[in-house]
Amino acid sequence: MNAVLNPRPYRIDAIDRQIIVATQAGLPLVAQPWDAVAEQLGLDPDEVVARVAAMQAHDIIRRIGAVPNHYALGYRANGMSVWNVPDDMVAELGKQVGDLEFVSHCYERPRHLPLWPYNLFAMVHGHNREEVAGRVKVIAGMLRGACRGHDVLYSTRILKKTGLRINGG
Amino acid sequence: MDNIDRALVNELQDGLPVCRRPFDAISTRLGISVREVTDRIGKLLGDQVLSRFGPMFNAERLGGGLTLCAMQVPEADFERVTGQVNAFPEVAHNYAREHDLNMWFVVATERPERMAEVIGEIGTVTGCRVYDMPKMDEFYIGLKLPV
Repeated sequence: MNAVLNPRPYRIDAIDRQIIVATQAGLPLVAQPWDAVAEQLGLDPDEVVARVAAMQAHDIIRRIGAVPNHYALGYRANGMSVWNVPDDMVAELGKQVGDLEFVSHCYERPRHLPLWPYNLFAMVHGHNREEVAGRVKVIAGMLRGACRGHDVLYSTRILKKTGLRINGG
Repeated sequence: MDNIDRALVNELQDGLPVCRRPFDAISTRLGISVREVTDRIGKLLGDQVLSRFGPMFNAERLGGGLTLCAMQVPEADFERVTGQVNAFPEVAHNYAREHDLNMWFVVATERPERMAEVIGEIGTVTGCRVYDMPKMDEFYIGLKLPV
């Protein structure tokens, strides 16, 4: 476990939770969206902004922004590239791979031997499979001798996609 | 999408400042009014160029459980198992992938202790072994797709 998974403790309270529930489907598209949220919840706008800033500082909110639809933007191929690298090098190599602009998620995950020897996951996006394959080669070149094996799993179908949701309780 | 839309999509992937008037800076950089910024975001959402606009929450930091699971599902059983897995409200995303492990899904629970129960129930209901692959370390998250 590292610092990413063990942050400074910050427990959201009931008001934070109200703000999350009010905005998890999206932010109002007005000049002062937090004012609109504050009005809806009967809170002071400055308090809402301060709480959102605190949640972002503690990485409860990663950022305020947009999730692009990959397909609509022409990124029709995604490959989950998986790599078998030495455990004592995975942190260093993971950072290098994660810095590549075409890599979205990059994680260390457990192996399940013998079926699954891979411990480093890097999601690679491209306009088509050829582009994804070329980008996987870039990663392979970066890992060189540290890589004992890799694979790319292309998605063939989205079977379910609902956002993560928390309830107001 | 015109050039302003493209610039806007790229800006929005970087994230907005947390303040009372979060669109002002983008409005200045793009040389359009705040009203046009919000109108264009609304249009991009309506056209499904953007799937979501707002705060991106970190599920684990909210105190719940989150993991990635994989299963090796016989082709003949794939539709049945898909229905059984998707029926769990804790299953957020589920993808078919080309591999012996051909079904990959994300499980998110509000209470961390519920995670083991859900994984056990999915294994029992489907008859497939569930390979649990929780993240042990995170190196980067946040896709940036230049358009």
